[in-house]
Amino acid sequence: MGLIQWATSPWGREVPIHIAFGLVWVAIVCGALFLIAHAIYVAYWAKSPEAASGATVGASRQLVAGIPERVPRHSFGARLFHGVMALAMLALLFTAFLPKMGVRFAWVTWHWIAGIVLTVSVIYHLFHATFWLDFWSIWPDREDMEDASRRVRRALGMAAPAPRKFAKYPLENKLYHLAILCAGLAVIGTGLLMMNRVQTPFFTRNPYIFGFSDMTWGWTYVLHGFAGVVLVALIIAHIYFAVRPEKLFITHSMIYGWMDREKYLEHYDPHRWRVGEAASESGSPGGSKSRVPV
Amino acid sequence: MAVIHDVMPAFELFQPPTIDDALRLLGQYRADAWAMAGGLDTFDWLKDRIKRPKVVVDLSQINELRGIREQNGGVEIGATTTLTEVVRHPLIREKFSILSTGAEAAASPQIRNQGTIGGNVSQDTRCWYYRAGWPCYRAGGNTCFADTPTAINREHAILGADRCVAVNPSDSAPCLIALDAKFVIRTPKGERVVNAEDYFIGPGIDITRMNILQPGDLLTAIRIPADWAGAQFYFEKVRDRNVWDFPLMNVASAMFVTSGKIDRIRIAVNAAAAHPLRLAAVEDAVRGKEPNAATGEMAGKLAIQGARPLRFNAYKIPLMRNLVKRAIGGVEKPAWA
Repeated sequence: MGLIQWATSPWGREVPIHIAFGLVWVAIVCGALFLIAHAIYVAYWAKSPEAASGATVGASRQLVAGIPERVPRHSFGARLFHGVMALAMLALLFTAFLPKMGVRFAWVTWHWIAGIVLTVSVIYHLFHATFWLDFWSIWPDREDMEDASRRVRRALGMAAPAPRKFAKYPLENKLYHLAILCAGLAVIGTGLLMMNRVQTPFFTRNPYIFGFSDMTWGWTYVLHGFAGVVLVALIIAHIYFAVRPEKLFITHSMIYGWMDREKYLEHYDPHRWRVGEAASESGSPGGSKSRVPV
Repeated sequence: MAVIHDVMPAFELFQPPTIDDALRLLGQYRADAWAMAGGLDTFDWLKDRIKRPKVVVDLSQINELRGIREQNGGVEIGATTTLTEVVRHPLIREKFSILSTGAEAAASPQIRNQGTIGGNVSQDTRCWYYRAGWPCYRAGGNTCFADTPTAINREHAILGADRCVAVNPSDSAPCLIALDAKFVIRTPKGERVVNAEDYFIGPGIDITRMNILQPGDLLTAIRIPADWAGAQFYFEKVRDRNVWDFPLMNVASAMFVTSGKIDRIRIAVNAAAAHPLRLAAVEDAVRGKEPNAATGEMAGKLAIQGARPLRFNAYKIPLMRNLVKRAIGGVEKPAWA
């Protein structure tokens, strides 16, 4: 099976037209293998978080005392965005790939509507995260890299200092966000271009728009398809982590907006993710802004 | 790109003697197999090297697929019964004359002698961009060459388009929908019987097919129930050349009129969309009304709601309106006639 489907254009050129749709099965199998491997790893080899993470370094009693019982994690706006984006993403993937698996229904209209919803929600998220949340909290920083290095060295039996507890988002979470960001922007960008080739209330169908050649359109479709199958694997992994027992408190916080103080102190470093009074005093470096409602 | 050759390309030919044998072959080779009835659509595709099946399953040797049989007051027509046999069969002429009229409007006498009823309803679209081998949506590509600001699309769809704007070219299909026919399909999982209008699908459902047949499936027969025997029928086909051409549009209706009012009616048009359209809204609107010019006028206007013309086929909108109008209200004879 090739990765890309090719065709001969009216001008006699070999041009790409789609990805090979068998790749969706590859993505599903890869996602399933990852979760099986991870589940086995966690069950038999992984050390407990206490063993893997160092104690909170220098967390003063005053700092800890200022932490509320319910630690705010996701604002209502952030949770609303996550829910809308998740629904749109699932709708996009089901409408894109179920027809390829033999489930026949009129999918195009649902697909582009879900695409518009996703686009609008992502634009909202960009503004919301930039101006109302702590923009940098989701991006990997130097401390994340140091801790990752420490974890790897300790896992290999080498001497290394204990890694710190996490900031608001663990490195894995940040890398996942980065992957979703890349794949999501790819499907949105290419999808908006492709909407010019179907009839919608927004555009008059015009495949000659922008002067794209058959080759350019072909690569646009291929990129859209590749990003789509990558999202299949990423979302399988995301749903898997959301339902893992030790991660349920994070899932809970995405639904209700807060997590228990105990969970916070167990998993997070109050210096790296400042909440409560500490966040107000410090201007909340690396953590939630105080305006996040509890 | 289409390259016209005088000789057939190489493929493995099977001529099974029974339906079971044919199904076994179609199931074995799946997408690599091509089921051939009369061969009239098939040979174009094969000689142009656009469709390249590894295996051709010739159905002409299967006696079970041929013939017209009376069944509970209706008829069952084998899928490889020729159009000429359909046109001439006395039972069809007597009870379901709309089908013989529609079948007789298809192509030329020579083609009707060879072409089959199953092939006529299952034939592929005549969109020349698609038949020229261009990588359009219907061919698995990512564009429609017929729906662009510069496309030549006089014969294309005004309704039901979804990326692809090709139309179904069958003349017998709307007649069978008007007669509430059932299509008998043998699949690897068993026999399936579907309503005529459900046999055809538009590009929104599957852009590469015009009917519900999947690789391994075979249309074996068409059953026409007795319900519409002897109804008041109307069939009209408009084409560029009256001797031999595909329809620009056709209409078929079956109607029972009681006490001057339309009691029961079924009406369908073809070549307006990628699949024959049963006009259920029109049926609902005219039921209980007199079949006159005013009702026809109303029905015609209703039929074209939602129509979207392309660059060169706006004429199809008044054409469809008038065909539906005439199917309901009849045709006024000119004063000089």
